[in-house]
Order: sequence, then structure tokens, then C-alpha cells
Amino acid sequence: MRLRTFPGGVHPHDEKHYSATAPITKAPLPAKVTIHLSQHIGAPSTPVVAVGDEVKTGQLIAEASGYVSLNQHTSISGKVTAIDRFPHPCGTTSLAIQITGDGKDEWVDMVDEADYMNLPTEEMKARITAAGICGMGGAGFPTHVKLSPPEDKPIDTVVLNGVECEPYLTSDYRLMLEHAEQIISGLKLLMKIVNAKKGVIGIEANKPDVIDLMEKLLKKESNLEVVGLKLRYPQGAEKQLIFAATKRKVPAGGLPMAVGVVVQNVGTAFAVYEAVRYKKPLIDRIITITGAPLSKPGNLKARIGTPFSELVEFCGGATMPVGKVISGGPMMGFALPNLDATMSKGSSGLVLMNEKSARLMDEKNCLRCARCVDVCPMNLLPSTIAGAVKYKNLDMAVNAGLNDCMKCGSCAYVCPAQIRLVQWIDTGKIRYAEAMRAKK
Amino acid sequence: MKDKYIVSSAPHMHDKTTIPNVMWNVVIALSPALVFAVYYWGIRSLVLTLLGALTAVLTEALIQKLRKVPVSVADGSAFLTGMLLSYNINPGAPWWLPVMGSVFAIAVGKQVFGGLGNNPVNPALLGRAFLLASWPTLMTSGWLKPKTGNLSGLNDLDAIATNLQDLSPKAYALVTGATPLKVVQSLRDSSFVASVNANAGEGVDIANRIFTNITEMASLKNLFWGNIGGCIGEVSAFALLLGAAYLLYKNIIEWRIPLFYIGTVFVLTFLFGPLKGSGYSMMLPFFHIFSGGLMLGAFFMATDYTTTPLSKNGRIIFAIGCGVLTVVIRLVGGYPEGVSYSILFMNVMTPLIDRFTIPKAFGRIKK
Repeated sequence: MRLRTFPGGVHPHDEKHYSATAPITKAPLPAKVTIHLSQHIGAPSTPVVAVGDEVKTGQLIAEASGYVSLNQHTSISGKVTAIDRFPHPCGTTSLAIQITGDGKDEWVDMVDEADYMNLPTEEMKARITAAGICGMGGAGFPTHVKLSPPEDKPIDTVVLNGVECEPYLTSDYRLMLEHAEQIISGLKLLMKIVNAKKGVIGIEANKPDVIDLMEKLLKKESNLEVVGLKLRYPQGAEKQLIFAATKRKVPAGGLPMAVGVVVQNVGTAFAVYEAVRYKKPLIDRIITITGAPLSKPGNLKARIGTPFSELVEFCGGATMPVGKVISGGPMMGFALPNLDATMSKGSSGLVLMNEKSARLMDEKNCLRCARCVDVCPMNLLPSTIAGAVKYKNLDMAVNAGLNDCMKCGSCAYVCPAQIRLVQWIDTGKIRYAEAMRAKK
Repeated sequence: MKDKYIVSSAPHMHDKTTIPNVMWNVVIALSPALVFAVYYWGIRSLVLTLLGALTAVLTEALIQKLRKVPVSVADGSAFLTGMLLSYNINPGAPWWLPVMGSVFAIAVGKQVFGGLGNNPVNPALLGRAFLLASWPTLMTSGWLKPKTGNLSGLNDLDAIATNLQDLSPKAYALVTGATPLKVVQSLRDSSFVASVNANAGEGVDIANRIFTNITEMASLKNLFWGNIGGCIGEVSAFALLLGAAYLLYKNIIEWRIPLFYIGTVFVLTFLFGPLKGSGYSMMLPFFHIFSGGLMLGAFFMATDYTTTPLSKNGRIIFAIGCGVLTVVIRLVGGYPEGVSYSILFMNVMTPLIDRFTIPKAFGRIKK
């Protein structure tokens, strides 16, 4: 198979060996969960329960506030004990509903639609909307929105993202290995909904077993294809993956639908399958708990809202001093001050780093070595943007690509002066947003 | 639970490349050239190089103390500047020449602008320009003969004249006392050619014989190995290519600048290099790329991070500019060699190039 890829990017050590061989294990039922009202891009959900209400597993507890928003369901049965600010997996605090479990795990009624593949597409979409599914690769864009392109933007290809280019993470890998058929069913459902003729699954070359498995399963499907991709970060970024898998370039500031493509994570495809077939709301997902300090790194099927501390404990706890805890992958994830936060629908992993790996180095002068320029997958000038932000020259920052940056971190990864380029660029984005608001 | 972990912005991994790592790797890549220099001219090449490098380190440390900023000489950048400066001087130079050059390079070329990353031009080349302006004789004459050959790299002096004593004094001085580029430059001067040919018989063109001979394979071999007269670190194209391959492999320098620089010199000297009356030859561009400071300049000076453009297209423009200027100086200008002035000139152009070569983001339509 000829491997494809995109221009730019870096090759971090993938460090997937910690957890790659650990089969998906059910995490124990948490005693309490906090379901955040912001687990997605868009308006925070509106609670439909009050403190004191009894709820069953899978019951709607907060509904979408508008179109670009999401339904939220409780992931355990019990009683609503608080609606308040709780630690969010992004490192901040935000509004969430706390459920204290009764230990019974009583579920709401579900179905098993034998002929789910032939449901009307409107019904499929309604079930996905009801299930509260958002992109499970991290960004968390509501899936039902992605599946409703305007009339003038026909979709011909659905690309499934099985790249998992973030080092350490193996949740998508294990899911593809253990639930390949369901993922393919999910892909077919997605294709039906957007009326796409072609389905593509992009997988990086460090998962040869998954590539083989998928190829075997798709041998007789002429309109479905596995695309092997060279090992390179950030291949899982939407625009980069579309380019690698289809050779199409999404215009700057545009969405994938501009080139007739919808991208969904493999985890999302799995959730779509469950939602359409069983009407199952998105209340659990696979999360990789990994890193050198853990004695038993693993891939857990855990309920949304489970505290990270319980998951770490289940994986044997830390056997050495921990320097950093990262929610998500090490390239784009959030460093957490403690383990109080709870997992959300976008939590693909939790990475623990020992003190040595976590040590911060001082920022030095920029050498203008242009290594950041050479690796930038968006073809920007990261050091120029950072410098412009530092000296409060927003025009120059925008000119050098401030708004095209997706914060993949490739630049900061290679910077020999250890300049926190992403942090500067992030600061620039915030200042730019403020300046735009001030103008209005 | 109390906050107990380090919180910082992503990414949380780094490829472990640091400034010292980069700088000392360049020093390693430059060392084969020093081995050749010691072989050709003895231990004095090593002593002069170390004098330059250590002076640069001391100067930087002293100025940083005075500026009350952290002393950062361990990062290797001052050592590298001093080393490059010394590579650009005559192995027969007095000991104080690299010392003066290094002090100037670090003090005026680098620290007055705020140190590493802020200098507008390559400090080592600025130091060299300072020496050339202040002590021109020491910088352009009194070349040391390599242990195993002669200054001009001419392989077969017998082919030029059966008896060397028959040559006019000027021609004799030329083939035995000048560096290869000086030989070629002299031969472009028609009054000089006339005097070279003065003692020769009717119809004998000594000048053309010298020109042909210096671009023959045997003479090119001398250029390639460095068996010629020249500056400490510039003579051996082989040693420099070895170091360059290491830097390219280590991803410390990028291929665009050296390729386009050397490529431009190659093409232009092929087209415009021949003397009146001599035809085009593939040997001539090889002579030009292996002679003088081009290998040292293209791989180790024009690739200096701070003073070259950021974008890929900018680097290509920079390199082609260096190539054109080098050839213009060599073929038309008053100096036999033009690498260092070309790079200095293009260094100054860098902010302008940067300004007009901001790349279009992935997915943006080219205007």
C-alpha cells in the first residue's frame, strides 16, 4: 500500500507502547458523576432537571440550547445533588450537573432496531441529535450539525479519522481493533445521512494490524476504502487528513463541506452506530489512561463524568512522582492542576508524566532558525506571529497567519529556544477577539 | 485536592533540540576542515582557530557581565563565531589578527544589538570585513603553501612552459604565488595578460595555457582536497562537504540555501566564466564552486539562522542573490573572491525579503 500524507508536520515518539496492548476494560461504576453543560463547541446545554430529582442511566438531564448545542444525559442512575461549577477537563471550572449514584445503574428503555440501516435518514439524524453526540476526537463539534450541510454543498465523501496522531493515546486504536464492524456500520450510516458515495478510513502506518483488519472487512465494499498514512503529526487535524486522504485542500476559513467532505472520528462513528441502532445516548466512551508513572496503563470504557482520580486509581495509581497530568494528548491536551476534573465526551486520554519529562525549560531569544516555519502544517510563520503578539502588533500577527493557526504545537515542539509559541499565539487569538469585539 | 502538578500551555513534548545542541553540532561539522588545515599548515592553524574562538567566548562573557545579563557562552554560539572568523583568515597571519577579529565580531557584530538572535549580519563575516579593511595586506597576501602542493593548485607547471624561468616575472609570480581565484582574476585583466605573454614566443598564449591548466581535472583535485593556498577553513571542499552532510542529516541546516547558492554560481560561471577566446567548459563551474570560500560560505555562513530569511521562498531569493553577487564580484569586481561580501549584503536585505515573502497559509488562494 502506498502511504499518503500532508506537507509539514513533525515526528514525535509515539509512546503508544504503554497502553497499546491493553484490551478495552470496563471501568468500575463511579459513585458520583459530574456532567458538564459545555462538552462541545456551541452554546452550553440547558438543565431540565433540578436538585433532588431521581434519574435513570441515559436520561436526558440537559437539552440543547439552540441548533449548535448538545443534549446531555446522566451516565449513572441516582439523584441530582448539585448544579454548580465543577472542574472541567480543560483545566477550568464550568457549570455541571452532579449525580450521586444509587449503585443500581438502572437504564432508560432502549431498542434494538434490526433493520436500522434502512431507517429514513431523517430518523437517523433525529436519533443522533437526541443522543447528544459530538466529535469525540477532542474538539467536540456537534455531530448533527456536521451532518446537515446546506443544499448547495453536496457531500460526496465521508472520511473517518482513525489517525490518532497524538502520542500516547490508543483509545481509537483499541476501538478499531475490537469494534471494527460497528465502526464500519457507523460509517455507512454517516454516508447514508449525507448521501455520500464514498467512505474512507484514514489510519496511520503505526497501526498495521488495524489497517489489515479493516482492509479484510472492506474487501467486498467497492465504495469503502482504507487509506494508509505515513506516521506524522498532526495528520489527524481535519484539513491535513482531508488533504492526505483525498488530495483536496479545504480553503482557509472554510469547512470541509466546501470540498464535499465530512470528517468524523472513529469513536464518533461508533457512537452514531449505537445511537441509531439502540437509541443509546452518548454516556460512555473509551479513554486511554497512560504514562510512565502508571503501573497498569489501560484503555477504559468509562462513563462520561467519571472523576479522573478514580480512573487513575483503577489503573494502579502512580508508582513514581507525577510532574504533569494532561487531559487529552501531549501535543494539544490541557495540563491539569489536580485530578479533580471529570471526563467529558471529548476525553480521549489522560497522560501522566514523571517529573523529568514535565520539567519546563526557560524561553530563550528567537534564533530565527525557521524550524517552526518548516514544520508548520498550515504554512505559517509561527515565530513571526509570536513575536508580533509579544510586541502587541496584531496586524503583523494576522498577516503572518494568526487566524489560520490551529494550535497543533508542531512549532513549539521543535523550537530550539523553547519559545512557547502556542501560548503566544493563543494570547494573540484572545487579543484579536477582544479587538474585534471592541470594534463592534 | 490541592494543586500539585505543573500547569503549562501545550505542547507537553519537545524534540529535545536546544541552542547548545545546534551550535556545538555546527562546531563538530566544522572540525574536519580544521584537521585538513593542520595537515597542510601545521599546528599554527589550530592555534589561530582556538585563539579566535576563545577570544570570542571571553569577549561575550565580559560584555554580558557588563550588561548584567546571564552569561550564555556555554551555548556555543560565541565559540562558533570565533571559529568561523578564524577560518576566514590566512594561516600565516600573526596571532593577534584572529583576536582582533573576534573581539570586533562579538562586540560590534553581535552584543551591541542585544546578543544571540538580534544581530542583523553574520558577526563572523563582519569581523572578517573589519580585518580586511584594517589590515588588507595581512588578509590578502603572504599565503602559506600547503605542505603537499603549491598555492595556485596548478598541478602541472611543466605544461605551461618547458622552463619556468622562461616565463615573464609576472607570469612566474602568478603561477607560484597566487591563490587559484587570484590567478583567474588576473587573467581577466588584458594588460596583465599582455605582460604575462611578453616573454613568450610568437603566437604562444601563456595566459590561456594557465587558464586551461587551472581548470583541468588534476588541478580541480587539488581544489577539492584543499591542497592550495587560502584561508584556514575554506580550502578543503571535501572536509566542508563532509561537515555539511552531517548538518543536513541532523536537520540543522536546510538544503535550499546551499543548493541555490552553489547552483547559481555554477550556472553563472559556466555562462560568463570563460576568458575571451577560450570556449565553454564544464570544468570551469566546478573550479568556481570548489575554489575560494564558497563551500564554507554556502553551507556554514549563508545558512546562519539569525541573518537569513524565514520563509522557504525567501531563502531561495536570498541564496540566488548571494550567488549572483559572488559571481559578479569574482568576474567583474576588484576582489578575486566575493563570498563574504555577498552574504553580508544579502544579510542586510533579509528584513526586506522577509517582508515580501510571507507565505500563503495552507488553503489560502494565491493572489
